[in-house]
Amino acid sequence: MAAIEVDNLSKSYGRTKALDCVSFLVEKGELLGLIGPDGAGKTTLFRLLTTLLNPDSGTAKVDGYDIAKDYKAIRSCVGYMPGRFSLYPDLSVEENLQFFAALFDVTIEESYDLIAPIYKQIEPFRTRRAGKLSGGMKQKLALSCALIHRPSVLFLDEPTTGVDAVSRSEFWDMLSELKARGITILVSTPYMDEASRCNRIALCNEGRILGIDTPEGIVQNFDKTLYSIRAKSMFALLNQARKVEGVVDCYPFGENHHLVVDESFNLGQFKAQLGEVKDLEIVRIEPTIEDVFIKLMKR
Amino acid sequence: MKHNFVSFVKKETLHILRDKRTMLVVMLIPVVLMILFGFAISTEVNNVNVAVVTSKRTDSVRDAVERLAQNEYFTFKGYISQDEIDPYLRSGKSSAVVVFAPDYDRRSAQAAAGMPTKPIIQLIVDASNVNTAGSATAYLQNILLGSASQQAMFETRMLFNPQMKSAYNFVPGIMGLIFILVCAMMTSVSIVREKEVGTMEVLLVSPVRPVKIIFAKMIPYFAISCIVLVTILLLARYLLGVPMTGGVWGIFSLSLLYLMLSLSLGLLVSTIATTQVAALLISAMVMMMPILMLSGMLFPIENLPKFFQVVSNIVPARWYIDAVRKMMIQGQPLVAVWKNGVILLGMTMVILGVSLKKFNDKLE
Repeated sequence: MAAIEVDNLSKSYGRTKALDCVSFLVEKGELLGLIGPDGAGKTTLFRLLTTLLNPDSGTAKVDGYDIAKDYKAIRSCVGYMPGRFSLYPDLSVEENLQFFAALFDVTIEESYDLIAPIYKQIEPFRTRRAGKLSGGMKQKLALSCALIHRPSVLFLDEPTTGVDAVSRSEFWDMLSELKARGITILVSTPYMDEASRCNRIALCNEGRILGIDTPEGIVQNFDKTLYSIRAKSMFALLNQARKVEGVVDCYPFGENHHLVVDESFNLGQFKAQLGEVKDLEIVRIEPTIEDVFIKLMKR
Repeated sequence: MKHNFVSFVKKETLHILRDKRTMLVVMLIPVVLMILFGFAISTEVNNVNVAVVTSKRTDSVRDAVERLAQNEYFTFKGYISQDEIDPYLRSGKSSAVVVFAPDYDRRSAQAAAGMPTKPIIQLIVDASNVNTAGSATAYLQNILLGSASQQAMFETRMLFNPQMKSAYNFVPGIMGLIFILVCAMMTSVSIVREKEVGTMEVLLVSPVRPVKIIFAKMIPYFAISCIVLVTILLLARYLLGVPMTGGVWGIFSLSLLYLMLSLSLGLLVSTIATTQVAALLISAMVMMMPILMLSGMLFPIENLPKFFQVVSNIVPARWYIDAVRKMMIQGQPLVAVWKNGVILLGMTMVILGVSLKKFNDKLE
């Protein structure tokens, strides 16, 4: 039995389709990353799976319980960390944790071994008000609170948004540890670079899942050749490159442009056709998840 | 599960204690309102300067003036001549002038002997403050017609509050207002805050029934309201000298019922509002205005247009204020206001029922 089964799930807010016939499976002990821009429907999916919303159509099961019929059972076996910081800023670190322990009718001691690796880092500040913690520490506290009742499935909605790079990396280390303990984790993020830390990733956009695979599998899915190009006048380069035969797509990517080409592409011809563009540098590169995402989005 | 209910109450108490400013406001508002309405904003007669015009200072005139001078609410400014009436009133040297007719003495003697004549007194009152003028006139009449034979003409008698002290009238009104403010507004804002901040999401994704969390929220506010209640009663009794002959316990128990009602109202508001500002506005507009206008706090219900008289029946504060007035000022026991009690209890049940039904354990 899969830990999460989503079957043709749809949800609209008025006329806006937030989620459009989404289906996927998450195995027990798997870490699945939902990757997509804002408005892709990630939060809606989390709210449906944590039984906060009712689906318009389709079904989903979490830990074997139906999200519509058995929502009460789901509520006691999942851990949920919403996108916004959702602890009490006027309570101290320790008081927050105690409250969440009481909420699930457990004691901090019972779950201490599970939360210790995370909680130990913020324990020196246990009398500090949660509102006065730094972004990274807030996330650690929120994760500790979400884990206090030893959930079997963990839902983390953009846990690393607004957190510095070091804390983000630490946070993913913690998730790997939790995964090793057999906890199923569904995590969403707008950062493509975090994808490699997941077992599998689902690329989402506009309420649909564009593709779901291992990070390597997703990249292999990219069946075209990719070049990174740059020149003195980047804008002219972009316009010119798009006109050349054999070029499927050309888009800005950081400091360079990425050039997607098919079989009919010829490097010498390409250079010749660019004409007035000066100082062209062109390097063949391996595609990243972002390239795949862009490709899937344009299809 | 008992253990976690206590934790919820503790958490809620911490929220309130940490928000010192709100706490201070809640504790001070009743005191300020009591002092404001008790002393500053009053329609009662206080230190009214009275001058007297008479052609002959006969015994009966002297007798009447003596009664006036003795009264602590009037200050006798002396006898003046007919021509001085206007300058006296204009300069504010006196706010009322009592003019005894030249035949006052003869006529009162005849009246005392049982003859069908009436002594004539003219009252000239500065009515630039209508309220004060009205009360002063009524009270002056009362004093001047002191002896039994003359009362035959005016059968006016002020019962329970002969000096028409406005504080007596305002205390029940303030109580009706303040508990809505503390209970309904504060609870609704505190529940809605959880929605707005997003903690409600986390609370809902837990095995605890949200109703339990809500009830835990009400308890500290209930406790605060009890403190406020005791403060108001103490201030009313010892600062404003409200008699409360009907027994404090009656007032106290009816007030507890009203507190429950206010808490239920707060819960109802929280099921409608999604932001703290909305909760505040709903509490202020939908609850405060009717209390001020339609509960008999400021204006007597009998003076309202027929339509609003009917509407006032659904304003809980109306029944509460009415009952507290009866107990506080008329000195009636709790049993005498059983009807109000039953109505308030019924309203509580309905509001609580509706809000629990409306309270959603999902986000939509």
